[in-house]
Parts: sequence; structure tokens; C-alpha cells
Amino acid sequence: MHQPLKPATDAELRDMIAEAVATGTPLAPVGHGTKAGIGHPVNHLSLDLTALSGVTLYEPDELILSVRAGTPVDDVVALLAEHGQELPFEPPMWIRPDGAESRGTIGGMVMTNFSGPRRLKVGAVRDQVLGISAVSGRAEPFKAGGRVVKNVTGYDLSRGLCGSWGTLAVATDVTFKVLPKAETEASLLVRGLAPAAATSLMTAAMQEPDDVSSAAHLPPDIAAAITSFGAASTLLRIEGFAPSVKARIASLSKRIARHGSVELIEEQASRAVWRAVSDLTLLSDFQHTALWRVSIAPAAAAVLSDKIAGKLSTRFAYDWSGGLVWIWVTDETDDLGAKVIRDAIAGVGGGHATLVHGPAEKRVTVDVFEPQAPALATLNARLKNQFDPAGILNPGRMVREAR
Amino acid sequence: MGLIAMPEPDRATLAGREAIVAGLRRILPAERVVVDERGLRPWETDGFTAYKQMPLAVVLPETTEEVSRILAFCHAQGTKVVPRGAGTSLSGGALPLADGVLMSMMRFNKILDIDFANRAVVTQPGVTNLGITRAVEHNGFYYAPDPSSQIACSIGGNVAENSGGVHSLKYGLTTNNVLGVEAVLMTGEVVRIGGKHLDSEGYDLLGLIIGSEGLLCVVTEVTVRILKAPETARAVMVAFDDVEEAGNAVADIIAAGIIPGGMEMMDKPAINAAEDFVHVGYPRDAEALLIVELDGPKVEVDYLLQRVEALVNARGATSCRVSTSDAERLGFWAGRKAAFPAVGRISPDYLCMDGTIPRKALAHVLKRMNELSAHHGLRVANVFHAGDGNLHPLILYDANNPGELETAEEFGADILKLCVAVGGALTGEHGVGIEKRDLMPEMFTDVDLSHQMRVKCAFDGKQLLNPGKMFPVLHRCAELGRMHIHRGELPFPELPRF
Repeated sequence: MHQPLKPATDAELRDMIAEAVATGTPLAPVGHGTKAGIGHPVNHLSLDLTALSGVTLYEPDELILSVRAGTPVDDVVALLAEHGQELPFEPPMWIRPDGAESRGTIGGMVMTNFSGPRRLKVGAVRDQVLGISAVSGRAEPFKAGGRVVKNVTGYDLSRGLCGSWGTLAVATDVTFKVLPKAETEASLLVRGLAPAAATSLMTAAMQEPDDVSSAAHLPPDIAAAITSFGAASTLLRIEGFAPSVKARIASLSKRIARHGSVELIEEQASRAVWRAVSDLTLLSDFQHTALWRVSIAPAAAAVLSDKIAGKLSTRFAYDWSGGLVWIWVTDETDDLGAKVIRDAIAGVGGGHATLVHGPAEKRVTVDVFEPQAPALATLNARLKNQFDPAGILNPGRMVREAR
Repeated sequence: MGLIAMPEPDRATLAGREAIVAGLRRILPAERVVVDERGLRPWETDGFTAYKQMPLAVVLPETTEEVSRILAFCHAQGTKVVPRGAGTSLSGGALPLADGVLMSMMRFNKILDIDFANRAVVTQPGVTNLGITRAVEHNGFYYAPDPSSQIACSIGGNVAENSGGVHSLKYGLTTNNVLGVEAVLMTGEVVRIGGKHLDSEGYDLLGLIIGSEGLLCVVTEVTVRILKAPETARAVMVAFDDVEEAGNAVADIIAAGIIPGGMEMMDKPAINAAEDFVHVGYPRDAEALLIVELDGPKVEVDYLLQRVEALVNARGATSCRVSTSDAERLGFWAGRKAAFPAVGRISPDYLCMDGTIPRKALAHVLKRMNELSAHHGLRVANVFHAGDGNLHPLILYDANNPGELETAEEFGADILKLCVAVGGALTGEHGVGIEKRDLMPEMFTDVDLSHQMRVKCAFDGKQLLNPGKMFPVLHRCAELGRMHIHRGELPFPELPRF
């Protein structure tokens, strides 16, 4: 194995990619390596981007932030907090290969597009990206988008690169729209609901004008692991200016009263519990063979769980009002439960499942990302081929290579 | 006609028109394949009316299957296709091609599924933007993006243009409010992307399709997010005798952590044109008028209005009126919403520009624009989505004066170059179309543009969908695809490749 490549400048990065093209050497772009265990296992030469680091433009009045791809997300979160602002999609915490907690790097965050509980209201990472500079698999540096919020000049290529797992281009710089942090927050808690009742409650709450920013349901054992509530917990978060939060908490409490006994979770406890919900992948209290992250129509969460529960031994937690279902599989199965889970998803109108934890040897044969219909899969393959005709950017990571 | 040239029509296609029409009539009944001159005339332009072109034929499909068969047929024939929604584009995105089939999607006019539990609506693309809100408002919901043409423009057109509106500062553009599409590729292949779930799988093709101006695929179904309407909305109308202070007030509001539902600014010529037209009590002597609308729960709106009032007064507002009724609030908006027709009354013609700038550059841009106005000898009025920096200069001209359209276009190009020079963008919401096509190199290098074209090549390798729009120069995908790298030799991407 070669020493990892570590470009210090954009020009070095371009030259390294050009060299890789010339020699046919596949590269694995990497920041903190917090998501190294997601995707099909690859054994490419590491392209360490952490030297391309730093904030290049931050204008709080304009709500604009430009930052180099290798910059730690934690640093950016801290900088924004100094100005009362934030990345509103709540980038979750992960574990580095050395065991330390980290939100990873900006490049990793953008290329994987994982968002936290507030995604329900404000959108995902990709919704806040305004522009990207990158080097494609043709060793050509290019930019897309810009530094203003409203911009429809050309294809929205910066959004197109989000969630591409380093397979189309290697980002060097990303510009975000940032938002003011809410002045305060509080949550409402209903204890003891079964999944179906919890789904009903969250669905009802999202149809009220109280502007719920996050809605989650934790079964008793997961609630016990991350809260002191001592029972299954259904949580609704309200954020904003203090008088508004107070008024909305009051009105929402009344509106959902028929669903159970409603308790108030004050600001600090609310922040803590949502942080824990955001970081559910860190949960290590339970032995599991696989952790799946499932995206479906939110109101179908309980039905999906029912379809799976009879066939697999699992734990579920719901975020995004049920639109995000975490599934911890405890059975030993050949496919880590992929077929059962994906059949269930198809049975509730569609969506997708991504394997977040799973042993490398299984990830060779199990589809980590949702397999796509043929026309869509070939369209994706054509896009990959246009940006990376030599196939040197993380080949095999997203789409399992034929063996 | 003005300065913008369309690609030379393909003679073989023009000569083969009869065979193409016959082929289309094997797919659709004769009345849905329009070929006679009288029938084609209404399709010759879109909202960018300075340019007109009769299409080869117009087709009116009603099903995804029909769209698929028409596209597959045109693909096999090598015939160009221009997709069209309601035709309200302000940048010529739906301008027909002499050698192209115009595909109207307006018969896809049904809402397929209203799902309040999942806060989603599945609709055909010819349904109007406002039609979606109308279908869900009985239950207190609405569809957030609200382009000014929302009564007429189609949701399919909104997808093509990534439409915004006055509320996009708080609620986002089309791309932030669409969950999924069904689309037909030029080959006739049907793909479904996303659905009622969040975060579609695989590459973010939704992100690429939304705002692609009909160059990538024909959208046959759209799933949108609907939102519960805010409980209340109130507006404050603020006058300033200095544009820079008005701009500073906008920055102060944002810096205070307040994201208004809408925040609009008008300059003196726009204020006066609007007041002449609708008589809503706009202060004629103000240099800038700011309308800030706050929406949400009543408690929040009342609280934030006080804060906004304090902030604008600290910036030397010369007057500040807070709406006390919905009628009064709508009165504040009446002039702003009538700004374009109001300007239409004081000038035989006008060009509506659509640049975006960093807000802090506003005073500089307006000053420089006045200099350009003097230089070109044409008047300009400005309306401004102040919250997100989207500027709409309206250039007043008279098309009956020889050369004046061309002068107006040059003036417009100068304004957009200025927007890019201060760190902004060529278009905030109207799209590139043909209007800004030749200005793309102001913002993007050849290499930047070649990467955009590679998206086009992945979707439409023969480049038959809406060619002549968005890109200043068309390159064949094969030509674009060349990459000669021999072992050990590094490429020189800084050198132009075409």
C-alpha cells in the first residue's frame, strides 16, 4: 500500500488526480474517515484532503460561509456559534477510525449528505449548499453555483455533487447559506406510545401551524439509553424567539392533548435530547449486526416497522416525523436484513435504505445503497462516466462492482 | 429582433417535416399534432416576447406513454424537442426552434394525490403553481414557492426554472420544495426519482433536473412538499431617503436573526411608477421603499414587528407604517406586485433583468446602474428581493425606435456583468434561456461550462432537448468527451480545450 496522498494546494490536488488518471490508480478521497465504514469496501489509494482547510469567507450579515473542504465541521460549527449562527441541518457526530468523536470534514459532510433532526424543517445539507469548487475525475478544476442565495445560472451542479460520495469530483471549497440559531427551544414529550400511536401523533403535529422543527419517537430501550424519560418517548421540538416558542408550546400542547399526557421539556434538556437523537449512530449499548438508515414517506413508519418486525429481530427509532427510520438488526443473516427491509419499503410506497453499520465482509455482497431501476442506474452510470471517465474516483464505493 | 442569434435550423429536418409530422400522427390523434400556421402562431413566443419563432410542429401529449413514444421517435429521427409548460418564461426558455417539435405539457393538468398526512401533493406538471395551493388550502395548507406568475405558470415550468418568489428567503426555491419527479429522457426511457420520502437516493438527480430549463428531460409528474399556512402575516412599509441606509437596514434585520417571509425594496422610479398606477400611498419622495412581511404565530409576528421597527428607525427611516389589517398589508404589496405593469404604463417596452448581488453591494450597484443609464440613454427602475439579493432592473425602451431594443440589451448585459463583478450571479430566478446564454462566460470558465455540458451529455447525448438555450456554444458530446492523457503526462486544464 502506498503512503496516502495529501495535497497541500489545489494545484497539487489537480496534479495528483491527473497522475491517478495517467496511471489508472483509483483514489479514495478522505477527510476524517468518519464514514469509512459506509459503502462497499474499497482498497483505493487514500487522498487525504485535510490540508485543504480553513474558512475563506464568512459574512454573517449575508448569511454566507465559504470554507475549504478539509476543514473540520466542528470548527465551523464553533465559528458560526460565536456569531449566533449555525449549519441549520445539524450535522451529526460520527466516530473517527482512532475512536474520537468528530462531525468529520466539510467535504465529507457534503459528499455524504447526512443531516440531523432539523432536516425535517430546514432541509438537508444539499439544501444549504450554494456553490462548490472541485476537481473532476478529468483532473479539471471547475466551479458550480456561486456565493449568493438565489442563483439559477446553469445547472445546479453544486447540489448535484452533494451525496455523491467522492465518485464524481473531489470538492476543494464549499459555500453555504447559514442561518441564525434559534433564540431558544423547548420540546413536548408524550411517554409510553406504541409505534403506531407515535406515528399518528407526529403526523398530526406536523399538520398544525406551530412549526414543529423536529419530531422523533424512541422505543423504551433506546429512550432509556439516551434519556431519563424511562419509557417510549415521542418528542416534538419547537424553536424560535422566546415569546413565540412559549406561545407555540402552549397551543401545540392543547392540539395534541388527545394523544396522551403531554409534558414540557425545557430548553437545556431539549437541546440535549435532540443532540442525542442526531447522534443515534453512536449508540453502542446494543449489540447489532447491522444499522440501516431508511427514508420513507413519514406517515408509513409504523407500518414499515410492523412489516419488518415479524421477519427480523430489530430495534427501531424514528426521526423526521417517521421519514427517517433507524433499524438496528440483531439477527445473523446473510444479507443483514437487506431483502426484508427493502421489500417492506417497496410495500409502503417506496423510499430507500442505506447500510450505516455492517461488517466489511458482508458489504462486499450486500447493496449498501438502494439498488436502482435499470434506466435510473444507467443514467447514474453515464453521469459518473462523464465526470470520471477513467474510473479513478472511488469506484465501487456506491455501486457494487461486478465480480 | 435583437442581438441574440439562434442556431441555424437543420435543413434536412425542415425538408423532412412531412415525415416527422406523419410519425407524430402515428402516436397522437391528428388534433393533438398542430401543423397549420394559424394553429402554430400562439406558440411562437413565451414570456420573453422580444423573440419569436414558429415551431416545426406542436404536440399535445396527455400521458407519460405518449411523451415517451414522441421522444423516442424524435430521438430516432434526430429531431429536436422544446418542452413547454405555460410559456411564462422571462428568459426565452420555451422559445420554439424552427427545426424543433414544441411539446406542450399543459394537458397534464390533474392533481393525482393530495396526502396531508405526508404533507405532499403528487401532481401532473401542467397544473398551475397556484392550482396546488387552491387544492389544499381548504385544509389550511399551501405550496410555498410563489413566483409572481403563479396564477398562470405551471409546476412543470417551475421545476424547469427552479422558480422562486417573494417568499423564497424563508421558504426556499422550487428545489427545496420538490420531493420527487417522474421524467422521460430523450430516448423515451421513463425514470422516477425521489417520492414522498426525504433525500432521494443515488446521485442528486433531482437537484440537477430542477433548474435545467428543459434541457435534460421532460417531467411528467411532480411530488411537492406542502406546508401549513402561517397563522398570520403582517407587513411594515418603510421609507428611506438614502438607498445605502435601506440596504443597511436589511442587513441589520438579517443580523438580528430575523428571517422575514418577504423583504422587498423599490427605488424611486419604481415607487413612483407603482404609485401612479395603483395609488396605495407610497411615499413619492423616498429614495427607497422597503416592505418587510413577517409571518407565523401572532405572538411571534407582533414581537418581531417591534424589533424590525426599532432596527429600521435606527437606520434613519423617514416613515414606517405597520399594517393593522390584512387589507392594509395587501395594500402595501399592491404597488410592489404591480411594479412590472406599472412600468409598462410609463414606457412602450421594458426589459426585465434578473441579477443577484451580495446585499452589501446594493448601493454601489444602484449608483453604477444610474451611470450606465446615462451612458445608454435609457431609464431604469429597480425592484429588489432585498432579503436574498435578487435585483430586477426594468430597462425602459421603445421597440419602435430603431436600435433601441439592441441598446436596451446592451444596457442589460452591462448590468448583469456588474452583478457578476461584485460577486453575484447572472440570474436569480428567471433562468438563462436565450436571454443570458451568451453571458454565461462572464460567470463560468470554459472548463466550468464543459462540466455543466457533461451533465447534459449524460442525460441527452444527442443534445436534442431544447438546444440553443443556456449554453453559448454547443459541443458534440463526443468532442467534449475527449481526454488525451498519456502515461506520465499531466494535462493542462488551464488551457482551453475547445
